[in-house]
Amino acid sequence: MTRFKLLLAQIGVGLVLLALWHLVTNYPIFGTVKNAQFFFSTPGDVMLRVVREFASGEIWRHLWITLQETVLAFVFGAGGGILMGFLFARRELLAAVFDPYIKAANALPRVVLAPIFALWFGLGIWSKVALGFTLVFFIVFFNVYQGVREVSPTVLANARMLGMNERQLLRHVYWPAALTWMFSSLHTSVGFALVGAVVGEYLGSSAGLGYKIQEAESVFDVTGVFAGMVILAVFVLVIDSIVTVIENRLLVWRPGPGGVGKS
Amino acid sequence: MADEPGGSAAVTLAGVAIAFPLAGGAIYQAVQGIDLAVRPGEFVAIVGPTGCGKSTLLNATAGLLQPSAGRVSIFGAPLSGLNGRSGYLFQADALMPWKTALDNVAVALEPQGVRRGEALERATQWLTRVGLKTFLGSYPHMLSGGQRKRVALAQVLIRNPEILLMDEPFGPLDAQTRQIMGNLLLNLWAQDRKAVLFVTHDLEEAIALSDRVVVMSAGPAATIIGDFRVGLDRPRDAAEIRLDPEFHRIHKEIWSSLRAEVQKAYAFGEAG
Repeated sequence: MTRFKLLLAQIGVGLVLLALWHLVTNYPIFGTVKNAQFFFSTPGDVMLRVVREFASGEIWRHLWITLQETVLAFVFGAGGGILMGFLFARRELLAAVFDPYIKAANALPRVVLAPIFALWFGLGIWSKVALGFTLVFFIVFFNVYQGVREVSPTVLANARMLGMNERQLLRHVYWPAALTWMFSSLHTSVGFALVGAVVGEYLGSSAGLGYKIQEAESVFDVTGVFAGMVILAVFVLVIDSIVTVIENRLLVWRPGPGGVGKS
Repeated sequence: MADEPGGSAAVTLAGVAIAFPLAGGAIYQAVQGIDLAVRPGEFVAIVGPTGCGKSTLLNATAGLLQPSAGRVSIFGAPLSGLNGRSGYLFQADALMPWKTALDNVAVALEPQGVRRGEALERATQWLTRVGLKTFLGSYPHMLSGGQRKRVALAQVLIRNPEILLMDEPFGPLDAQTRQIMGNLLLNLWAQDRKAVLFVTHDLEEAIALSDRVVVMSAGPAATIIGDFRVGLDRPRDAAEIRLDPEFHRIHKEIWSSLRAEVQKAYAFGEAG
């Protein structure tokens, strides 16, 4: 399928879904129109609300807050994950000792931490950054740990035969291997940074996209909730495409899908 | 030669045995009683059936592996740790996939403290010598198997090691590429004649390239059962030399001792 046809198909799916939504909420198919609109709003109203949010400029402040939280959570989480993943992969004993604690911490549902973080770090952005950190850290940590341990033994033996010392091995072999694995989880970890930010805002804050949605929900403003979700979805798509651009620039050396790799 | 007191030999293996622990406390004796000396400038090929421990022997010479008995000496000095005077060409892909061909070769000079500018310049020269001038910026996955071997060869030779250890380096390549690589290797080697220890299971390749062919018995507890001088003139063409009557005579002679071992290896493989 050509790029253009693919784009048409993607837009087509969206239009069909919107049309269904419009039909169900504007014609008395399932119960009365009023009831349907109370529960599901209408695509027209939601779009109107989105436009109004941007027109009034109100939404930019919230987007900016959420973006800040996402970026900070990602930077700290990825940084910590890389550092610890490296350390544990190179120090077997440390990994063995901490293994049960790491597993326990990772299995904990992060949502239960949100009130604690709010208590510790206040209702500002830092409690959200902390929540995002706990999500991003483990993904990056496990990937880097795996990546460093699974460096090809031949590549490693070759580098050692070339006379590389520990520092040079770290720089030329372990580090790039770890980065590869980190980037392979980049989409997931950036997504989780955003989830942490939004959930944190949702559970207690005075700004951000999560706050906007929570605020609308508290007064049964379904249109507001959907408008918030639409803005969130677009925000996610924009961030994800930025990540893709970064990924493609940094991983030029990797074979493309299907093994064909002409760049 | 093997009983020479180490002085002039580039590589001396004396009574070398190598064993691996198996699961359940048992011990697998891979090779034993190996006496072998490689003189400076000599191209020695080791042939033997699959699983006879040829590569194990090479790894012990490289210092990647500790022999369980015997002594490995490099230019008369006992080897401890990695063998810094040798270059090792691996059978499997050993290039760093995240570096371009140029960077893969240039980085080999970093441990010697060569400045990056100079390293890049010399790497470019070496890649040109192995015929990859137009692939400097290519990553390993963009290169063919033969091209990757050329990069690996440049990576090893740029450090100018005194001994070259090669573990079935052209094994994964197709027959034609192998001959081309064989000629490239012979040409590069002829310029400064390093001591070479070349492991292969391909007898024809061994004869075409080397001065001496060492035959190993089938494992376990493999040992050297034959040592044949290859008196073919140099320079040689790795492809055309195979038509030489002398080549056939040597091939026949070595094959008669190798054949029984190959059959033994198959029987062992099927029984186990």
